[in-house]
Amino acid sequence: MIDTIKNILSEVKDPEIPVLTIEDMGIVREVSIDTSNKVTVVITPTYSGCPAMDTIEDDIKKALNEAGYEVNVKTILDPPWTTDWMSEDGRKKLEDYGIAPPVKGMKDKRTLFGKAPEVRCPHCKSMNTSLVSQFGSTPCKSLYKCADCAEPFDYFKCI
Amino acid sequence: MDDKTKYVLRLADNALILGQRLGEWCGHGPVLEQDIALTNIALDLIGQSRMLYQYAAECKGDGSTEDDLAMKRDVFDFYNVLLVEQPNGDWGHTLVRQFYYDTYNYYLYEFLCNSKDVRIAEIARKSFKEISYHAQFSAEWIIRLGDGTDESHERVQRSINDLWTYTGEMMTPDELDRKMEAEGVGPNLDDIATKWKRKVNEILDIATLKRPEESFMQTGGKVGEHGEHLGFVLAELQFMQRAYPGMSW
Repeated sequence: MIDTIKNILSEVKDPEIPVLTIEDMGIVREVSIDTSNKVTVVITPTYSGCPAMDTIEDDIKKALNEAGYEVNVKTILDPPWTTDWMSEDGRKKLEDYGIAPPVKGMKDKRTLFGKAPEVRCPHCKSMNTSLVSQFGSTPCKSLYKCADCAEPFDYFKCI
Repeated sequence: MDDKTKYVLRLADNALILGQRLGEWCGHGPVLEQDIALTNIALDLIGQSRMLYQYAAECKGDGSTEDDLAMKRDVFDFYNVLLVEQPNGDWGHTLVRQFYYDTYNYYLYEFLCNSKDVRIAEIARKSFKEISYHAQFSAEWIIRLGDGTDESHERVQRSINDLWTYTGEMMTPDELDRKMEAEGVGPNLDDIATKWKRKVNEILDIATLKRPEESFMQTGGKVGEHGEHLGFVLAELQFMQRAYPGMSW
């Protein structure tokens, strides 16, 4: 039963980045079902102000309701979501889609004056890139440009 | 209202009012990237204020919702510091306000990540990484403008001086701050002040800007005594609920 529910959830997409599922993003933290067949899905928000979160909650309800389940979606804040939870598959899909995935191993994200990470251009794979703006088209992205292929691109920034 | 609810409202009101101020830049930034940057920061702050208002509403326990707290209180029931309600002014002025606030907010939330109040700690841990991006952004702009052209230097120095009088309130503890400190919920504000001064001095030095002399500090926001500006901010923020009470979409 749980596996069926997880399969349904693995089809729910992130509304802002439709190549990623909420599973790829690591948003779903827990799935349970009680004796009366009521499903509880525990999710965690990505960025605090991300407007996609409400849509994601609605989409989860819709997907499970359509499959005949009654569902309750619960949001937890702790442990806070981190880009480290993004799946390998998700990272690859992001790059293919034209968004550079979060640089791995940036454990210390707390530095007040951290250097911008070295990011690979998702188009031509060059490392000769530079940060244009720490803030991009959505709260989770920075804006970069590539000096080799001259294309601008989004970088999914680490939190 | 008990002390903790009031303390949570202070945190929430700071985030909401500054977020609303930054939102005023939407469509008016000097270049697209910076327009987007300020609205992104606004979105983070408003998102953080929602988590805090939800908690404050639960603490109040009288059936209030996060929306009631944001949309239905009047000026004297808001507990944000005076700094965050100050008008945007020019780009540099907005960034000075942001730099003063972000530096405080960074050290405040660093502490709150380990607050004895479990829910505040959860919200702080969720917010802290976002806040560190804000602090980095505003500090970089102070350096760029201070160490920029003669005109940018002169204008940003003026903003540094003009807004200085609103910086003391954030780090001057009142009775409620001391009580929260004693309970391990909030920080020792003298510690925050020491860290804030060190960071602000460091950035102003790099930016070739002069730190203002110690002078009179404005206070009142934390207990609901505001300047004329907050009323205008709320008039816009709360317009729909005032004109069409209870409306939703």
